[in-house]
Amino acid sequence: MLLSVENLSVSYGKIRALQGINFNIDEGEIVSIIGANGAGKSTTLRAISRMVPVEPGTKMIYQDQDLLTYTADKVVSRLGISHVPEGRRLFGNLTVMENLQLATFARKDRDKIQADLKRVFEIFPRLDERREQKSGTLSGGEQQMLAIGRAFMSGRKIMLLDEPSMGLAPLLMLNVFEALKEINREDATTILLVEQNARLALQFARRGYVLESGNLVLEGSSNELLENPEVKKAYLGG
Amino acid sequence: MSSGGSFTDLLQFIFMGLQRGSIYAMVAMGFNMIYNSTGIINLAQGEFVVLGGLMMVSLTMSANISLPLAFVITVFFVTIVGILMERFTINPVKPPTVMRLIIITVAVSILLKGSAMCFWGKESHYMKHFSGTEPFEIMGATILPQTLWIFGILIIIVAAFIYFFNFTMTGKSMRACSINRDAARLAGINDRKMVMLSFALSAGIGAIAGIIVTPIIQMDYSRGALLGIKGFGAAVVGGLGNSIGAVVAGLLVGILEALGGGYISSHYMDAFALLILLIVLFIRPSGIFGSREASRLKEF
Repeated sequence: MLLSVENLSVSYGKIRALQGINFNIDEGEIVSIIGANGAGKSTTLRAISRMVPVEPGTKMIYQDQDLLTYTADKVVSRLGISHVPEGRRLFGNLTVMENLQLATFARKDRDKIQADLKRVFEIFPRLDERREQKSGTLSGGEQQMLAIGRAFMSGRKIMLLDEPSMGLAPLLMLNVFEALKEINREDATTILLVEQNARLALQFARRGYVLESGNLVLEGSSNELLENPEVKKAYLGG
Repeated sequence: MSSGGSFTDLLQFIFMGLQRGSIYAMVAMGFNMIYNSTGIINLAQGEFVVLGGLMMVSLTMSANISLPLAFVITVFFVTIVGILMERFTINPVKPPTVMRLIIITVAVSILLKGSAMCFWGKESHYMKHFSGTEPFEIMGATILPQTLWIFGILIIIVAAFIYFFNFTMTGKSMRACSINRDAARLAGINDRKMVMLSFALSAGIGAIAGIIVTPIIQMDYSRGALLGIKGFGAAVVGGLGNSIGAVVAGLLVGILEALGGGYISSHYMDAFALLILLIVLFIRPSGIFGSREASRLKEF
């Protein structure tokens, strides 16, 4: 098991955003967590990347290491957990190239960086064309590609993706998901994805979880979930 | 009123303004550095300048250490003070709200000022000019060699700044932290280390400003507040967080101050800088070179 999460609870002030959820991911898997707005999807990813404090009693084990002993930057640089946040959060004043380089700042395996960079440009030729462009001036789709590219460059073993489909035109959305599939298959990267677009997420992942108001209420293979009447009714439009 | 408003007088005032302005520019750069990494104004910024000046006086005048060596030791020492300040007073604060941190910097400035008074006393300290006091003459106006030192060092610092923030990974990481701290952490950048670095650099640059200005103004323990306020004025006029803006604005504030002092009243010289600060805050709170949009995003 690559990542196992037990009894994960997060509170924002008095509001319990996650009420003790359990899930796990094996190496090489694509797993999705689907749920409505405000169900706690982003919080789940932010807890794993240590961007939000968790409540006592939470256990998160990644490759036999206790995640709670790492700070946010070390989660990325030491453990190779890379997080593509909602809304991309690029460094708008910096160029595409600088955004990609910054993600390698703390990497120890410097000799692999050039190869990774080449690979990012192979997966996303659009970024190659726009190397010297300020990232703030890219289109939405290109920004999403850059955000994924940046996560790729940080030496990812597992990629956490927060709503990668958000704000993208359908065709572009498929492009991005094809690229993610390729990264999963060719570059030995495990993927944990949270999505509001349940159909897209379940078609893309092998198995999934359903998150509802801070609780995981269902889990199963993507096919099971796609056939599940409750999932159909609540998330797939009947 | 001075003798008649001739060109020579004007030139003389401008030289004087540029010299004062260079120091404000450096103080303003120090403000910006910490502002960009933490979103706070470090009100102990002027104290770094005082410490730099006073320490340099002791090393060169009392301990007879050569200028270059004393320069290095002083900058190193004050940089350590900056690092200690961040480690012991800024870093442990949880949660680090802007107001809390600013109040802490006030406390640190009082502490540093008090310590400086205990150690160096209340009197002004004289220091030898770097290379004599024989002035050069340019079109009738005179300029001290020390003033040329100040210009030269300002240029070197600005060049080093541009290089650091645009061409080194550490500099770019610091910029990334100031653009979006969360995103920087997600890219694996240690944001707390960047904050520490910003205090170190900011203290170092303050020390340099203190070292080069002391031969001209004669340093005493209480100078920090006024230097700090004028540097802050320059930082605001230039647009908080904008380092090139700070340099231009620093020079501008210095020149306007010197012109005001020369042509209107030398008694109110110190007030002119504050007047400029107030006018800019009324008319264009984001500063001359700052973008309104960026200033809305900041917490302060």
